[in-house]
Amino acid sequence: MSQGNVIESRTFVLAQDNIDTDQIIPGHFLTTTEREGLGRFCFHGWRFAGDGSEKPDHPLKDYRPGRHEVLVSGNNFGCGSSREHAPWALLDFGFKAVISSRFADIFRSNSLKNGLLPITVENHVADFLLANPEQLVRIDIETRKLAIDGFGEFEFPLDPFSAYCLTRGIDQLDFILQNGPEIFAYEQRTGK
Amino acid sequence: MSEPPRPVSTLFEKVWNRQVVKEESEDSPAILYIDLQLVHEVTSPQAFDELKRRGLKVRRPDRCLATIDHSTPTTPPDAEGNRHYVTQQAKAQVDMLHANCAEHGIELHSWDSVNRGIVHVMGPEMGATQPGMTIVCGDSHTATHGAFGALAFGIGTTEVGHVLATQCLLQHKPKTLGIRIEGELGPGVTAKDVILHVIGAIGVNGGTGSVIEYHGSTVRAMDMESRMTMCNMSIECGARAGMVAPDERTFEYLEGRQMAPKGEDWVRAVEDWKTLKTDPGAKFDRLVDINAADIQPSITWGINPGMVIAIDDRIPSGDDAASSEALEYMQLEGGEKLSGEPVDVVFIGSCTNSRMSDLRAAASIMKGRKVATGTRTLVVAGSELTRQAAEAEGLDRIFIEAGAEWREPGCSMCLAMNGDSANPGDLVVSTSNRNFKGRQGPGVRTLLASPLTAAASAIRGRVTNPCELMGAAS
Repeated sequence: MSQGNVIESRTFVLAQDNIDTDQIIPGHFLTTTEREGLGRFCFHGWRFAGDGSEKPDHPLKDYRPGRHEVLVSGNNFGCGSSREHAPWALLDFGFKAVISSRFADIFRSNSLKNGLLPITVENHVADFLLANPEQLVRIDIETRKLAIDGFGEFEFPLDPFSAYCLTRGIDQLDFILQNGPEIFAYEQRTGK
Repeated sequence: MSEPPRPVSTLFEKVWNRQVVKEESEDSPAILYIDLQLVHEVTSPQAFDELKRRGLKVRRPDRCLATIDHSTPTTPPDAEGNRHYVTQQAKAQVDMLHANCAEHGIELHSWDSVNRGIVHVMGPEMGATQPGMTIVCGDSHTATHGAFGALAFGIGTTEVGHVLATQCLLQHKPKTLGIRIEGELGPGVTAKDVILHVIGAIGVNGGTGSVIEYHGSTVRAMDMESRMTMCNMSIECGARAGMVAPDERTFEYLEGRQMAPKGEDWVRAVEDWKTLKTDPGAKFDRLVDINAADIQPSITWGINPGMVIAIDDRIPSGDDAASSEALEYMQLEGGEKLSGEPVDVVFIGSCTNSRMSDLRAAASIMKGRKVATGTRTLVVAGSELTRQAAEAEGLDRIFIEAGAEWREPGCSMCLAMNGDSANPGDLVVSTSNRNFKGRQGPGVRTLLASPLTAAASAIRGRVTNPCELMGAAS
C-alpha cells in the first residue's frame, strides 16, 4: 500500500546489470504519440515471443500488479536511449520506484519528472535486495529513507529540488516559466 | 604588486558558464540557456501536446530545427509518389510533426528538403551546429554535435517541452572526464574503433554523470566526421556529452555552410571559437589515457557496447552472469574467435557512421567486389545531401554493383522502428551504436563495427578484419 509520499511494497527483482531502455520498451513501439497505456509494451521482448504468445517462465511471470510497486535491478539501470517512454511504461506497468546501485543519467532525469522514484543504494544494500526478492520495503520521499524490513534503514540521495517537486507536486516547467524575466535579460545581454 | 593568477578552466566549463541564466543554488539546479533544439517525430508529439494543454507557445521557433528520420521508410516512393510506412501509426507520427511545426513556425526539413536526414547528420551539414553552443534533442546521440566544441546532450520528452516553452533547462553541473588519446592510428583503425575501444576500457557506466572531453594528438589528427563518430557514442559509456575543442579543421568544415555566420560575423565568431579550449593547467575531475597504438579494428561480441574485442582476438570466456547471458543470447562460445563467424546481414548507416567518409571507406572495400551470397547488405546515407554527394561520386554504383541495397536516408536498421529489421537469430554486422538485445529486431544478434569492417564482412560473408581486404582489389 502506498500513500502520498510513502511507498510500501514487496520488491520485484530483475537482477541483471545494464538493463537498457530497449529492454524496458523496444524501439518498434515508439511510433506512439501518446504517453498513456505503454505498460503493455514494458519488457515486451522478455515477456512475449515473436508470434505474440507469452513466453513460459519469463522473468516477469511472477510479477503481481499492486503487490510489486518497487523494482530492484542490477547496476546501470536504464542505460541507452533518452526515450521517456521507458519510465512511462514502467509506471503504467505498475512500478512506482526502482532501486539500483546506479542509474543512467537521462533515465534518472526522466523518471524524476514523471514521479517514478529512482533510488540509488550502496552495493551491500543492492546485493541484499538482489539476492532476496519479495522484501517488504518502505520508501519515504520526504525523509529520503528506504527501510527494508528486518535488514535496515538507509538514506538515499535525492537532490532537494527534485524532492521538493515530488512531494509538493511542483511542476518544473512552471518553475522555469517563473524565471521569464531572467531568461529575457539573458537573451538581451548575449544578443541571442 | 603581482597580478592574481588567471583562473583556468576546461572547455566544458567555458561553454557551461556562458549559458547560465541563473546559477545553481542549494535549492535548485542551474537554469541553462539552450541555443538550438533539434526536433524529430518520435520524442516530440507528447511535448507539443503539453504546450497545447497549457496554452503555451514555442518561445523561440528560430532556435528549433526539425526533421523526420526515425519512423520514415528508406524505400523510395511508389509510382504515385506514396511512401510506404511500416504502420499507419508511423505515418501519423510524421504527420503530427508536420502539423506541430506548421502551427509553431518551426523550420522542418521533410521529404521535399535536400537537408532531410538523421538529425545528427543534418545539424552539422547545415552549419547549424557551431562551437560553444548548447544543443539538445530528444535523442541520446545528440552528443555527436560535441565534435564542434558544443555542449550537446540528449533529453527526455518532458524536457523537450521545457525547451520549446522556455528555451531553457534545469541542469545540475556534471563532472568532467578527460579522455586523452595519443599516437597514430594503425591501418584499418577508424574513429569507430577508437570509441569502441574507449567504451571497452572504461565500461558502459564509466562516464555516468560526466561530460567527456576527447583530446590528444590522435583526436587533433581526426577529421570532423571522425570526431562526430567518436562523440556520438559518448552516451554508450554513460556520459552526458562528449566534446572536442574546435580548431582549424572545425572552422574549415563550417565555413560557407548555410547556417554558419557570414562575412564579418564569421571572422568574429572564429575569434571567439578559438578561445574554446581547455586552458593549460585546468583539471578534469578524472583523466583517462588511451594509447592509439593499442587500438585494433574492434568489434562487439555481446549485448552492450562495452563488450568489445579486437577483431582477431578471442571472445572472453567469463563465467559471470553478464557474460553468460550475453553469450547465450549471441549464440557464441567464450574462448572462440569471432572473426570467420558467418554474417546474415550488414548494415552501413546510422548517426554514428553514415557520412561521406564512412560511405567512402565502405566503398573502398566493396569496389570491384561482390557481397557474399546470403549476406544481405544495406547502405543508408545519413541525409539527402549525403546521398546526393555520394551519388555524384558514383559510390551508389559501387554498392549496387557489389550487390548491396542503396537506400534513402534515415535511422533505418539502427533501431529498426521503421520496418528495416533483420530476422530473429540473424547475425548483423552493423556500423550503428547499440547492440542491445532485440535492438535490430526481436532475437537479432548485433555486432558493432566500423564501416571498413562492415564492408569487409559483407564481401566475405563472415566477420572479417578489414586489413585483409585493404589495398588492391582481389
